[in-house]
Amino acid sequence: MLQLEAISLRMGDFHLSADLALAKGRRLGVLGPSGGGKSTLLSVIAGFLTPDAGQIRINSEVVTNVPVPQRPLSLLFQEGNLFPHLTVFQNVGLGLRPDLRFDSDQQGAIGDALEQVGLSGMDARLPGDLSGGQRSRVALARMLLRQKPLALLDEPFAALDPGLRSEMLALVDELCVKTGLTLVMVSHDLRDVEKLCTDLCLLEDGAISLYGPLEQILANPPAALKPWM
Amino acid sequence: MAERAQPVNLADGIGVAVAALVLLAVMGPLGAVLWRAESFSGLGPADWAAVRFTIGQALLSAALSVGLAIPVARALARRRFPGRGILISLMGAPFILPVIVAVLGLLAVFGRRGAASEILGFFGLPPIEVYGLHGVVLAHVFFNLPLAVRLILQGWLAIPVERFRLGATLGFTASDVARHMERPMLRAVCPGAFLVIFLICTTSFSVALMLGGGPRATTVELAIYQAFRFDFDLARAALLGLVQVAICVVAGLMVVWIAVPHAAGTGLDRPLERWDRSGTVARVSDWIAICGAALFLLLPLGAIFVRGVGGLFDMPGLIYAAALRSVLLSLATATVAVALSVPMALLIARGRARGLFETIGALSIAVSPLVVGTGLFVILRPFVSPSGSALPVTGLVNALAALPFILRALVPAIEQAERGYGKLARSLDMSGWHYGRHVILPRIRRPLGFGAGLAAALSMGDLGVITLFAAPQQGTLPLEMFRLMGAYRMEEAQAAALLLLALSLGLFWIFDRGGRIHAAT
Repeated sequence: MLQLEAISLRMGDFHLSADLALAKGRRLGVLGPSGGGKSTLLSVIAGFLTPDAGQIRINSEVVTNVPVPQRPLSLLFQEGNLFPHLTVFQNVGLGLRPDLRFDSDQQGAIGDALEQVGLSGMDARLPGDLSGGQRSRVALARMLLRQKPLALLDEPFAALDPGLRSEMLALVDELCVKTGLTLVMVSHDLRDVEKLCTDLCLLEDGAISLYGPLEQILANPPAALKPWM
Repeated sequence: MAERAQPVNLADGIGVAVAALVLLAVMGPLGAVLWRAESFSGLGPADWAAVRFTIGQALLSAALSVGLAIPVARALARRRFPGRGILISLMGAPFILPVIVAVLGLLAVFGRRGAASEILGFFGLPPIEVYGLHGVVLAHVFFNLPLAVRLILQGWLAIPVERFRLGATLGFTASDVARHMERPMLRAVCPGAFLVIFLICTTSFSVALMLGGGPRATTVELAIYQAFRFDFDLARAALLGLVQVAICVVAGLMVVWIAVPHAAGTGLDRPLERWDRSGTVARVSDWIAICGAALFLLLPLGAIFVRGVGGLFDMPGLIYAAALRSVLLSLATATVAVALSVPMALLIARGRARGLFETIGALSIAVSPLVVGTGLFVILRPFVSPSGSALPVTGLVNALAALPFILRALVPAIEQAERGYGKLARSLDMSGWHYGRHVILPRIRRPLGFGAGLAAALSMGDLGVITLFAAPQQGTLPLEMFRLMGAYRMEEAQAAALLLLALSLGLFWIFDRGGRIHAAT
């Protein structure tokens, strides 16, 4: 579903290189130290950065030079997922129409998405009136509504307390099972990766030092993974 | 609010004493002027016209400055080009640019014999009429457009980059970006920027003195000057001074009520990653805005340089004497301003009766320097002749005028130092002089250097109180330059302007640079 073929990107002294393939419905956890290239990798997949060499394929289509809006993916960040002046309903609806002119079918779809993330009845609230967990749910609802086959999550729940984080990871897990979503999640925490992902990639100094099915890796953890356990 | 790091009673006591001194130095002269006023007959039609003109030109100047700043700030936010950082840094320069130099530069470009009028003449069009409302507003926009650009640019750069990335993945068009990101930010930032500029423009004296005047273009400050200088009507001057206070207090309260963004924020040279900037319309409009702003700001200064450099070493001796006098006055002003601001900043940062001491620190914005200066002369007259006290009084008034800006730079630095090291210092039983020397001073060197430079530069270019009482042989450089302009000796005035510009920027640079040496980050 997602293939990174000999990706190479140089930014000053930093060099990112990546080669990986992720099948449909698989969920990849990208683990690594700060400055290791995790967010840069997501930016390359999303199209915010163009690699110097190599190809990116999504659903077998080469998207290396495809503009950001035309790539079949959704993004979830740790901060800045919501527009503070728009209501919950409008923030979710942006996933359908940026001009916010919804017909009745679209309004129904937005309501359904909010229901799936447990936010029914909160349509008219502004992000400032919501808790951190609720804000994450709004962003998730929008991601669901867009129905893109690939989701990129850049430490989306890192600011939440451990209980709320587990709750959100469980919700994403449930939604992934329900929709067959393929997912790439950047994280600092192996426990988060264990809760949600099927595959693991360890990215250090811009290079993938470990990659494979999570279960296999954890059955016999290599030395490189020890600091994360 | 900063945690109280130590019970420094002596420092608090000094701070309270200095605050009382500042209060006395600002309000005492106002009281003295009121006391000396023999009879009040209310405001006449000319005075009301001055009030209307003051408010009208300030509204127009603020609206134009903010309105023109929006496309410039947007262009600077989304374009990368060589010299971008320098251009943004230059946008901070008009604050320390002597008003008289800028006005002379504007006259060289937009005056009846200026380059713009010559171009118009080439097409058979009449020259630009720069005196009156047009000129006052033009000069105010010249000074305040850069401030507005910096304030609004700060707002633009405060939009999280994730939001632009999100917009890109959601397929936002340029109008969607404007609707969901830019307009909400502008709604939050522009009212504050507008009010700050409005407040600055209501206190306009030098610009109105040079480009305004006459019954239809007199500001309240200029009317105060005329009441003192030509009529010696203390009652009218005092009444106008109170009107000026009322205007400033109302505008000041509105500034406090509407959160004002910071223009001195760091990272203004950081370009914003955006994915909606590739369209031809966006590209063309951005470059028009950037080039237009750069030309508007740089051409007048360039004209001063070109016209002034030839006569720089051919000026009358009194200009050099005035320059020396101005430098000494600026150094004295910076010393007094620092001596007043440090104890007050410590007091404010400790949070005791903070509102009261902040208000005292900001008082000099609201009270006309001309009224303060005249009041001081009234108080000192039995002891010293007006000409004998002209320079000391000017220095004190200039130091008081710089105080609010220095406090604004110092207080956050002291608060940060106390937040970061207060507990550690307490645990080490560090107090008094040692606490000040090892904890506070290294962390305020930078803003203190900046503040001292600001006070020196503002004093160097000041053309306010000195115009009232200076004897012919006591003129400062701006005053001598003004006299040369009045005598139509424009070549000499332009050379003096270049000298004044170099001295103002040089003094600011030396203090600012000095503050950075050995400063803790």
